[in-house]
Amino acid sequence: MVTVLEREADLRQRAWEAAATVVDPEIPVLTIADLGVLRDVVLDGDHVEVAITPTYSGCPAMNMIALEIELALERAGFRQPKVRTVLSPAWTTDWMSEEGRRKLHAYGIAPPQASNSRRALFGEQAVACPQCGSANTELLSEFGSTSCKALWRCKACREPFDYFKCH
Amino acid sequence: MNVANIQVSETPLVLYALRRADDALILGHRLSEWCGHAPMLEEDMALSNIALDLLGQARELYSYAAKVEGKDNDEDRFAYLRDVRQYRNLLLVEQPNGDFAQTLVRQFFYSTLADLYWRAMTASSDATLAAIAAKSEKESAYHLRHASEWIIRLGDGTVESHARAQAAIDHLWAFTGEMFAVDEGERALIHADIAIDPGSLRGRWLTTLSGVISEATLELPQTDWMQQGGRSGRHSEHLGHLLSELQSMQRTFPGQTW
Repeated sequence: MVTVLEREADLRQRAWEAAATVVDPEIPVLTIADLGVLRDVVLDGDHVEVAITPTYSGCPAMNMIALEIELALERAGFRQPKVRTVLSPAWTTDWMSEEGRRKLHAYGIAPPQASNSRRALFGEQAVACPQCGSANTELLSEFGSTSCKALWRCKACREPFDYFKCH
Repeated sequence: MNVANIQVSETPLVLYALRRADDALILGHRLSEWCGHAPMLEEDMALSNIALDLLGQARELYSYAAKVEGKDNDEDRFAYLRDVRQYRNLLLVEQPNGDFAQTLVRQFFYSTLADLYWRAMTASSDATLAAIAAKSEKESAYHLRHASEWIIRLGDGTVESHARAQAAIDHLWAFTGEMFAVDEGERALIHADIAIDPGSLRGRWLTTLSGVISEATLELPQTDWMQQGGRSGRHSEHLGHLLSELQSMQRTFPGQTW
């Protein structure tokens, strides 16, 4: 016999899985679960509320991600799903899953290093080239094509590449 | 048509959030003016990225001000429907971009304090302000590094870049005093551990600043006289021109959305 609690846990799991299929529109190989942006799924009866946290304060992808979550939940049969943005605790790249790091690397973006390296004002960073693996790389610009990326260049294979900044 | 300015109930906490939101919005808008005009593509993207971070911070702070005020105002109404005298940003952030050195010195003066300030504000007893600070301090660490590198590159660069960087420092220095000024309402928030006293950060601010300035072979002016007024709504002529552009769509087509 299925108890109410089991049914709730099952529903919540379904809602989480539906929300977790949403990808970052800027880096479509990563889901919001890989990124650590998906924080919580709360059920109230049949109504579901999903909590997400922004990567950067001004990240323009957040509106689209919220909309995509609502659509994904509606497709999974949840009516009038809600998305709530939470700021605390602040998102960090340490929340990115191992799976996410692997996918980023395979996509040609160097995954973020541990966040304790970010404070050094002029600290040296060693980022390996995601193409050829060489550690002989240099920073071109701290700010890349999106808020979360920096632009680097490999001095071994001469290819430029994106680095997902630690945050 | 309703293009009238909104009324704001300026309690100390609303005013506190609006001041920081206005700093971020106006500085972000100034930086966005470089979009498509920066001296190189990487800088075009960097300045736009920083502008976006600041805009994001402004939105969080405006939304919080609206929530505390508890009336009909929201982030858009605060940004688009207040006139010059209702804006409470620092005079520093509204100063025109000038040349690239002037933009970066303005950014450097602001970011050296913002970095310390937001880090200290993560301990605020106000949960929302602490959460906004925790996001902002991560971003400002990048902004500070970016600006510091440019100060050194410009100061310790060519004769021309050195002269321009020094001229920018001499010109903007008088606007830095206002960053540490606190009025009575804000003093009460500081006593309640909601806000922190920027004056308590001045020593560390000066240490970071002096270190970079000296590595850049530049000098800080010896003058003590400081210009003030932005925090109480008395602005330079530049803010009005900036707002006329920033607000033009909402003032022309009130309530327009897309």
